[in-house]
Amino acid sequence: MTDREAAVRLAAIEARSVSKVFTGFRQDSFRALDRVDVTIRENEFFTLLGPSGCGKTTLLRLIAGFDFPSEGEILLYGKDIAPLPPYKRPVNTVFQNYALFPHMTVAQNIAFGLEMLGKGREETAARVDEMLKLVRMEAMRDRRTSQISGGQQQRVALARALAPRPKVLLLDEPLSALDYKLRKEMQVELKRLQLETGITFVFVTHDQEEALTMSDRIAVMSAGRILQVGSPRDIYDRPSERFVADFIGETNFITGTVKGFAKGRAEVALPGGAVISASVPEGHRPAGTVTVVVRPEHADFTTTAKEAALRGRFDHAVFFGTDTHYHITLADGAPFILRLQNDTTDELPLTRGEAVMIRVAPGTAQVVRD
Amino acid sequence: MAEPFSIRRQPGFTTIAILCFALLYLPIATLVFYAFNAGISVAVWEGFSLRWFQEAMANERVQEAAWHSFIIATVAALVSTIVATMAALATTRTDPYPGLTFKYAFINQPLMVPEIVTAVALLIVFSRVKMWTGYTGLGYLMAAHTGFCIPFAYLPIRARLENMDLTLERAAADLYATPWATFRRVTLPLLWPGILAGMMLAFVISLDDVVITEFVKSAGQETLPTYMLGQLKRAVTPEMNAISTVFLLLSVVIVTVFFFINRKKT
Repeated sequence: MTDREAAVRLAAIEARSVSKVFTGFRQDSFRALDRVDVTIRENEFFTLLGPSGCGKTTLLRLIAGFDFPSEGEILLYGKDIAPLPPYKRPVNTVFQNYALFPHMTVAQNIAFGLEMLGKGREETAARVDEMLKLVRMEAMRDRRTSQISGGQQQRVALARALAPRPKVLLLDEPLSALDYKLRKEMQVELKRLQLETGITFVFVTHDQEEALTMSDRIAVMSAGRILQVGSPRDIYDRPSERFVADFIGETNFITGTVKGFAKGRAEVALPGGAVISASVPEGHRPAGTVTVVVRPEHADFTTTAKEAALRGRFDHAVFFGTDTHYHITLADGAPFILRLQNDTTDELPLTRGEAVMIRVAPGTAQVVRD
Repeated sequence: MAEPFSIRRQPGFTTIAILCFALLYLPIATLVFYAFNAGISVAVWEGFSLRWFQEAMANERVQEAAWHSFIIATVAALVSTIVATMAALATTRTDPYPGLTFKYAFINQPLMVPEIVTAVALLIVFSRVKMWTGYTGLGYLMAAHTGFCIPFAYLPIRARLENMDLTLERAAADLYATPWATFRRVTLPLLWPGILAGMMLAFVISLDDVVITEFVKSAGQETLPTYMLGQLKRAVTPEMNAISTVFLLLSVVIVTVFFFINRKKT
């Protein structure tokens, strides 16, 4: 999708300066969300990613209507839904524990939302069949929800939430209770469902890998704020904050000094003296001492002094099957990890304490806000 | 020496256990045994007979007392269960606030205040009301029984509500169910075993009550327990044993049903 296409797409959900402060009996007040602005586009798979307590679930609950914002508004296709109770919002949720009704069968669970909307008997039955087929659970339709496995419960929860054709589907860490293999399967399944139904998905997770593989766009959250919104590639390759770079993937942080700045790129002097060109987050004007991020796979060893961006001493290597991580201590004492793919070459014959020179692939270094 | 402490290995444990069970159940066993006595004594066995059951059944005063007991217990169980259900919903479906613990204590007051205090208090209040209104029917007993049955109905319902997953109600609301529809379609069906348990407990407690009933009842109004108490002041016949045995059987049946309802699900 190009940027122009994205601009044409409607905004399904807009949060405008949304804050949520929890005050309660016998507890201190807690600011779970702090003036959050975010736009979620129609038909996209949008992920709220962050560690526990970052406010991602709170934001989801505000969209669902289980809680009301302390300040700000939440627009659904331009209409402020913040004051509406959950049953008046065309938005459905897949809960972390699935929350299937234990006194109903699989089919009755899926029919619940349709019945509550006052759909006719035939329409409901047809839709339930369609949903059972969509999540491949036709054989389980008359089972009790206690008689099916965790993965199957997950599918029923999805079918139940999708049956009323919500404008937006909210998913609250729905895969966290599944084991690794099933989780991988459900990731693919979720992506398929999103593409097939064309419904906007808002997915909450703390698992960065899950976020990277499934999302169209990701919002990285920390301490009640959204730090960065972008495509998985943007977030990974062009993190704007130290937190984002650290939370997603493995990263080397290097302290450098800005020597010049123009057109979104900075010339940064690294420890050891070499100067490299690093891109700078939009709107940021770096000066003085800055943090530069280099992903382990964007670095390589070199024997040419002219190419060397960094110098250090080799510590040890860790074998990972598809690749090997080389741990290095830089000239200023900071650790650095360099990742090389294990294609045909054997492990490099480096000895502990050996001086090495590191090359950084052009255009990959990134200045981040601290 | 690695054996963990076990109370069962302590000297005298078996003796105490047997003694406790004997003291609990031997009198009841004796009572049931002599209910089937053919003779007039509750201590001398003269052969097997159902005579005292027939006599109790035919006794018009027993019939009347049994009917009173039944109607009072039914009304008290129904009304107290409805009140207790509402109280349990109100005290669990809320964020904690100052005074909530006090409210628990307030609802459970009949469990803590000595029954005799409530009985005397009710006697004084109701005798005034009787004077003003002239009404002397069973209404006073029904009201009094409803009052002290509320905590017995409340406790199992609240326990059930506290164990219920709140996200189920949230899920219902998310799926377009209004608060009333959520209650009717999700909360009530899941709460039902707790409500039934509470109702049966309230029924048994009302059926069994002597103290408050004795103080509140108008002249000539007897429930089975107060009738039996009155009879004990005269010569005791195995008829009392027969009535008690029926009582026992009824309680065992209700408690068994209660047990199975509670064991199912959750």
